[in-house]
Amino acid sequence: MALIELEDVRRSFTVRTRAGRLRRVKREVRAVDGLSFTVDAGECVGYIGPNGAGKSTTIKMLTGILVPSSGRLRVAGVDPARERTRLAQRIGVVFGQRTTLWWDLPLRDSYELARRIYRIPDARHRANLDRCVELLDLGALLDTPVRQLSLGQRMRGDLAAALLHDPQVLYLDEPTIGLDVVSKAKVREFLREVNTDRGTTVLLTTHDLTDIEQLCGRVMVIDHGRVVYDGGLGGLHAAGESERTLVVDLAEPRPAIEVPGARVVRVEGPRQWLAFPAQDSAAPLLASVAARYPLVDLSVREPAIEDVIARMYAEAVIG
Amino acid sequence: MTLTAQLGAVRGGTARLYLAVARGAFRRYATYRAATLAGAFTNTVFGCILAYTFLALWHARPGLGGYDTRQAVTYIWISQALLVTVAVWGGGFQDDVQDRFRTGDIAVDLYRPVDFQGWWLATDLGRAGFHLLARGAVPTLAGMVLFDTRLPADPAVWAAFLVSVLLAVVVSFGLRFLVSLTGFWLHDSEGVRAVMLVVSMFFSGMLLPLALFPGQLGRIAAELPWAALISVPTDVLLERRTGTALLTGLAFQAAWAAVLLAAGRGVQLLATRKVVVQGG
Repeated sequence: MALIELEDVRRSFTVRTRAGRLRRVKREVRAVDGLSFTVDAGECVGYIGPNGAGKSTTIKMLTGILVPSSGRLRVAGVDPARERTRLAQRIGVVFGQRTTLWWDLPLRDSYELARRIYRIPDARHRANLDRCVELLDLGALLDTPVRQLSLGQRMRGDLAAALLHDPQVLYLDEPTIGLDVVSKAKVREFLREVNTDRGTTVLLTTHDLTDIEQLCGRVMVIDHGRVVYDGGLGGLHAAGESERTLVVDLAEPRPAIEVPGARVVRVEGPRQWLAFPAQDSAAPLLASVAARYPLVDLSVREPAIEDVIARMYAEAVIG
Repeated sequence: MTLTAQLGAVRGGTARLYLAVARGAFRRYATYRAATLAGAFTNTVFGCILAYTFLALWHARPGLGGYDTRQAVTYIWISQALLVTVAVWGGGFQDDVQDRFRTGDIAVDLYRPVDFQGWWLATDLGRAGFHLLARGAVPTLAGMVLFDTRLPADPAVWAAFLVSVLLAVVVSFGLRFLVSLTGFWLHDSEGVRAVMLVVSMFFSGMLLPLALFPGQLGRIAAELPWAALISVPTDVLLERRTGTALLTGLAFQAAWAAVLLAAGRGVQLLATRKVVVQGG
């Protein structure tokens, strides 16, 4: 069942720029330019793209705080901008750099307020809170004023606040931004739990690709307001024409060696770096190197997903 | 459940929400202990300075504006007690909203299923409740100890005064809410706020009782919304407004409260439409 549906959604903004002393030129900027996709219930989708690609604009439209210029948009069966308040009951939103928590009061008070805002029945509120407190390790923090929490603690607090009303969809905008390794791991573990156990549909934007590698079965890369890739994480390598690297330590320094199916990209004394297509097997390549040159040691390096995506962004700009 | 019962339940839920918000705001301000203490001390010091000024003035011009000397000194202490409670200078929720504009958190407020105006009104009432106790009681007590003041003995007058203060806070909220909403267009309402501060200080009766304003200016000032902030509540407590005058005073405040809240609602509608349609 499709929980989020976009059909040729467009959104443009009018930007006025100064041209001369008094004259102002109106210019139309298309932030989202013909976006169509669906997200099924229970999916966890990574929504990535360079700054200014249209990610935030999409999220704003999906939460109903921005109307599309044209196109059709449905979230949990609701037209977001038209029925924002009704939609609010069905979605949870966490912005990594914003907080919905009550700054000067103990964490507990914000949860109490959420109960009132979303009219959550007492028993359900208690059960959900207990669960979040346990999974996010918030027990010791409940009576601490939010302003005294560390960024990681606050983020965990915000996550709990967004989930107390059992939303069907959870939007996360850079949920791990600025967090240390341990906090990141905790947040990811919790999100995985929410997605798999509760079946909450998750849509997250991030610049940290580890988030995506660990959480999302599906990635959408967006650039210039369009989807440039939509599929599994593995497929990104093929789509991005990425390469793996075979690093060999020869018995003695040599000029760049010649092997079919690979090219030497770097030579440093007896060590040489050979690049080959990511989808090819390393075994035959290794065999042919070993057959021609005496080998001391070797290793294979996987392409960094960052590089793949960086290349993809660059191509999208050119294309 | 019948429709009326459902509506009743929804309204009950809303009332409980706003009550929780107001309580939270009260407790939030209660956490700033040092600031509260410093503030109450400042109110007291200023109260002393102004009380001596008024004493000198009324010594030279007894019965000025229809106040006897004790009433004039009491006026100072009541206005000091109300200064922060009614937020004559601005502030309270305004600081929060301004911060939220600056950080962009204002967008977060829009997707919550809560009315923006109702939410901030509730926080401001909670804040005012705290300030009336903390910033109101200390200067009043100090004034009573240090000066010859005239506070009423009749509990009914005190009750009327509290109603008047409540209305004063709502009128003040209505004005400040409109100022805050300019942030949707100006991104920063600091300039408008500065202008409002001066107007508010002058026309509320904070600097000088409105009864002392000459002729036409006095008549106009008495009809402006700012008169609802300090002038009306002090007159109620000083028993210058009793009987019909008391009722017209409260009605005057209530009318401005209604007008300003309605205006705030209208502008809020325009503001949200602007954000949602034009993208802020």
